[in-house]
Amino acid sequence: MSELIEKLLAGDKRAVARAITAIENYEDETEAIIKEIHKYTGNAHVIGITGPPGAGKSTLTDKIVKNLIAKGKKVGIIAVDPTSPYSGGSILGDRIRMQDLALEPNVFIRSMGTRGYLGGLSKATHNAVKVLDASGVDYIFIETVGVGQSEVDIVKTADTVLMVMVPGLGDDIQSIKAGVMEIGDIFVVNKADLFGAPRTATEINMMLDLNQNMKRRPPVLLATAGKNEGIDELVDELEKHREYLNETGELTERRLNNTRMEVIELIESELRKIVINHTEEEGRMKKCVEDILAKSTDIYTVRDEFLKSIRG
Amino acid sequence: MEKPIRVLVAKPGLDGHDRGAKLIARALRDAGMEVIYTGLRQSPEQIVAAAIQEDVDVIGMSILSGAHNHLLPKVVELLKAQGADDILVFGGGVIPEDDIPGLKAQGIAEVFTPGTTTTETIEFIKNNVKRH
Ligand code: B12
Ligand SMILES: Nc1nc2c(ncn2[C@@H]2O[C@H](COP(=O)(O)OP(=O)(O)OP(=O)(O)O)[C@@H](O)[C@H]2O)c(=O)[nH]1
Ligand SMILES: [Mg+2]
Repeated sequence: MSELIEKLLAGDKRAVARAITAIENYEDETEAIIKEIHKYTGNAHVIGITGPPGAGKSTLTDKIVKNLIAKGKKVGIIAVDPTSPYSGGSILGDRIRMQDLALEPNVFIRSMGTRGYLGGLSKATHNAVKVLDASGVDYIFIETVGVGQSEVDIVKTADTVLMVMVPGLGDDIQSIKAGVMEIGDIFVVNKADLFGAPRTATEINMMLDLNQNMKRRPPVLLATAGKNEGIDELVDELEKHREYLNETGELTERRLNNTRMEVIELIESELRKIVINHTEEEGRMKKCVEDILAKSTDIYTVRDEFLKSIRG
Repeated sequence: MEKPIRVLVAKPGLDGHDRGAKLIARALRDAGMEVIYTGLRQSPEQIVAAAIQEDVDVIGMSILSGAHNHLLPKVVELLKAQGADDILVFGGGVIPEDDIPGLKAQGIAEVFTPGTTTTETIEFIKNNVKRH
């Protein structure tokens, strides 16, 4: 076992940080790291925090984490922000709301850019969670980029999804309901100090009641993260959800499903490389595409020919 | 994809002048870097803890309070103590010319005072980043 892995397993922050950097940048190293730490993963409660931009996701995370470390827990946080598609750069600003946690011995915070990956996380997030998990934390919080239409990847990584809403979303609730409302295990209306919080909670409750085929009806809470209000209740609900997952076997079911998807994606991505290498070799694809445009063949015939030659 | 340079833009000390820091953060983002901005009023200890957890290649500090002679070298010292002195450390803000040689002697690689262009900063980082 390498020194990096040994230190990582012992919870050394520098080693954890280095391992995450490797995972973000180098495929070969990722594979080596994940293979070594795999048997030490699966113990942390992974909580996804999602919701519209500016809803208070970082502030809430800060307060929930303070609550947990006061109980002696160890926590890892991954905060994802969007990467600019133009420059490839990003400003990762979630730490601004978690300043007090920087020096907490039992907290590790890492910011990540999406790096071109859609879905609200980055490609490396899932494996970075495994690193934190293996480092011995009790909880891992993942703050996604502000939720819009399709950023629902968090369900593939988190055990519990906390959906953060704010008063006055009004029509916005309607517009984000498709696909996104379904992924929340717990709803919280943050900024309850602002006008209209109870009404927003009622609207969410009504929406949830419309959905009859839910295995479990998610609770809807009010909180004012800015004033540290409603945090105890939220932490209780996180615990209750974890218990529910354990007692019903849902945790195992989710993890089986997610792992299966993960393996399929890995195979897909390797297959894709094989396909690209093969079709681009000796300019084969260029020739075929020209033939298709010249109408001397068609896309399906070309597909079948390629498949045949790949299979050898 | 090539590994982007990761930069911590930090505001040590007690002054609330954050325009320069935000301007630099945006310029570095537009130059393709991943910029972690930690907000105002950071102690040297907080800056170093964030730099290590974020595994940054570079720390750029913005300071307009006048306390640069104490705060900037302190960060370098704490990094050394953690064995993380391969991180490139530099700064900017309202810093008198006379103080700059002393800062450089204490490990601050460069100091950018008002009027320097962001292009100069970007070039400086690209040419001087030690680990990456
Ligand atoms: C705007 C301003 C303010 C605004 C700040 C708004 C804000 N959110 O930033 C307000 C009105 C709030 C303010 C308040 C005060 N200010 Co004032 N303020 C200024 C002023 C006029 C301009 C600063 C500015 O924003 N410049 C524009 C930005 C883009 O430039 P910059 O920060 O210098 O950044 C450039 C470079 O320095 C460099 N850079 C900066 N940071 C970094 C970081 C990196 C990594 C890099 C590479 C480069 C870099 O690159 C940038 C581009 O060239 C300066 C005077 C001056 N001309 O600098 C005084 C000044 C900074 N303020 C000063 C003072 C004293 C104060 C107050 C204490 C006044 C008072 N008595 O109440 C308060 C303190 C407030 C606080 N909480 O700290 C003094 C500081 C004196 C000192 N250092 O010894 C100055 C120098 C005025 C003076 N001549 O006396 N201020
Ligand atoms: N009034 C009020 N404001 C709050 C509350 N919680 C957070 N805020 C403010 O809301 C703003 C956004 O908070 P963040 O925690 O950064 O929100 P976020 O969802 O993490 O934002 P992004 O990461 O940018 O999507 C900040 O100005 C907070 O101070 C609250 O309970 N009440
Ligand atoms: Mg945030």
